[in-house]
Amino acid sequence: MQKKLKRWAFKRSLWVFHVNTGGCNGCDIEIVDALTPKYDIERFGIKLVPSPRHADVLLVTGPITKKQADLLKRIYEQTPDPKFVVAIGTCATSGATFEGAYNVIGGVDKVIPVDAYVVGCPARPEAIIDAIATLIDKIDKGEVEKVEKA
Amino acid sequence: MGMYVPIGPYHPALKEPITIKIKVEGEKIVDADIELGYNHRGIEKLLESKLWISVPFISEHICGICSGVHQMTAIMGIERIFDMEDKIPERARMLRIVGLELERIHSHLLWLGVAAHESGFDTIFMYTWRDRESILDLLEMQGGRRVVYSIGKVGGVRRDVDDKFIRKAKETMNYIKKRAQEYMKAFEEDPTLLARFKNVALLPYDVAVNLGAVGPTARASGIDYDVRWEDRYFGYSEEIGLRVAVRKEGDALAKALVRLDEIIISAEIIENVLENLPAGPIELKFPPLKTPAPGEAVARSEAPRGELIYYYRSDGKRTPYRVKVRTPTMANILSAGYMVRGGYIADVPVAFATIDPCIACMERCIIVDDGKQVRKLDWAKLKHYANKWFNENWHWIKEERIY
Repeated sequence: MQKKLKRWAFKRSLWVFHVNTGGCNGCDIEIVDALTPKYDIERFGIKLVPSPRHADVLLVTGPITKKQADLLKRIYEQTPDPKFVVAIGTCATSGATFEGAYNVIGGVDKVIPVDAYVVGCPARPEAIIDAIATLIDKIDKGEVEKVEKA
Repeated sequence: MGMYVPIGPYHPALKEPITIKIKVEGEKIVDADIELGYNHRGIEKLLESKLWISVPFISEHICGICSGVHQMTAIMGIERIFDMEDKIPERARMLRIVGLELERIHSHLLWLGVAAHESGFDTIFMYTWRDRESILDLLEMQGGRRVVYSIGKVGGVRRDVDDKFIRKAKETMNYIKKRAQEYMKAFEEDPTLLARFKNVALLPYDVAVNLGAVGPTARASGIDYDVRWEDRYFGYSEEIGLRVAVRKEGDALAKALVRLDEIIISAEIIENVLENLPAGPIELKFPPLKTPAPGEAVARSEAPRGELIYYYRSDGKRTPYRVKVRTPTMANILSAGYMVRGGYIADVPVAFATIDPCIACMERCIIVDDGKQVRKLDWAKLKHYANKWFNENWHWIKEERIY
């Protein structure tokens, strides 16, 4: 019963927090694009919240710069369980564009665990919506262990 | 007795992280300090390891909002290093202007939405971002991608435009001009917007000159300076409809109106250029491994936020010896510190938004009272506080600001 309730709760109210870890703003404005009238991600119950403490999902953009690696870890720890991380854009997936730059760690998964990757430079709003919708679908079907455990 | 209010480094909606420390006495701000460096990726050093031909494609990742102007300025400098600036085909230059002006419109619309959002006017935010999508569609048709579109390359442009693009662009420009006039009316007449924008974040002419303000920030303070007008790069001229939008007031409202004026001017430029688009080739062949003569070059252009400068030094190898980029935000950030001084805490969201959206959104702020009491506020609470404060003090702020 409890499990069912949790799944149901997530299905219609996934709140996201956006973290820019050194990105070029490309993916960041595409996330906001997804929230504005043309794409309107809020019809899935997805809402951008201003604090990680309110969030279920962290949307991470950009290759990780050295100054921000610790900050990202802290933000991840501040997010309540169960939490999901979506790496948005090629930079957050692998750091590709900035491969070889001295101040870039490259790839979100080198700092915190990642649940979904969205590639593209920058990732299109459709792709971002698809990734989050897939995540909701998986939670709904009970394929995500994190929800069951928490 | 003063308190420090540190704001940042994280933020809810968009833009890079930044920390701003504000010293307050009651509601008044007496001092502001800015800490940068969260987004330092070492991109100048990275460019030194790339071939000349691939430098523009990396440099456009410096900023996703003004990626086109970063790429074009990088190209301009490289073409000066290779001494081929005069040989670029006319059609390629004009297509570059189309790309740059489309970008200026999308950047200003984005900024307008963010500024309205910061003052709690979300209707304008949604409207401008909806209108912005039509510009992104055009950029996607011209470059192939929505945001980081790589329109240019060394020697010309990557793609030609067809009649379908020209037809759609003209339709969109008509629409955008109409919308810009409507927004202008909203900013000039709506009492809520006026109360949050008029006589807020004042930057007088002489201070703007001393602090080296550039772009719309400077032009809103009466400085008649636009690199497009001064340098006439890529064939910018009066003939294609270029003029400089200047306002004298120097407040947040003037900065909004200057940007709206520029949207209209850019739309006119695009219409004129597409009307008289010269025929011919769109690129000059450029071998990837070509080496230049040793030397240096400086390229500057007018980005949506102000003057952008690229400096190159070549030692005759396949890669640059040194690349230096000076972005407009860096030049305007000193003005940002000045503009919040003497204002109220509730004005900080709008004051920072007017300079540049890159620091408009901040996540949390901590109020430290005499170093003892610590109270945490996230950005939403600060915004809520600002809106509440304006509601409570509406009776006198209306008198002070609007009349």
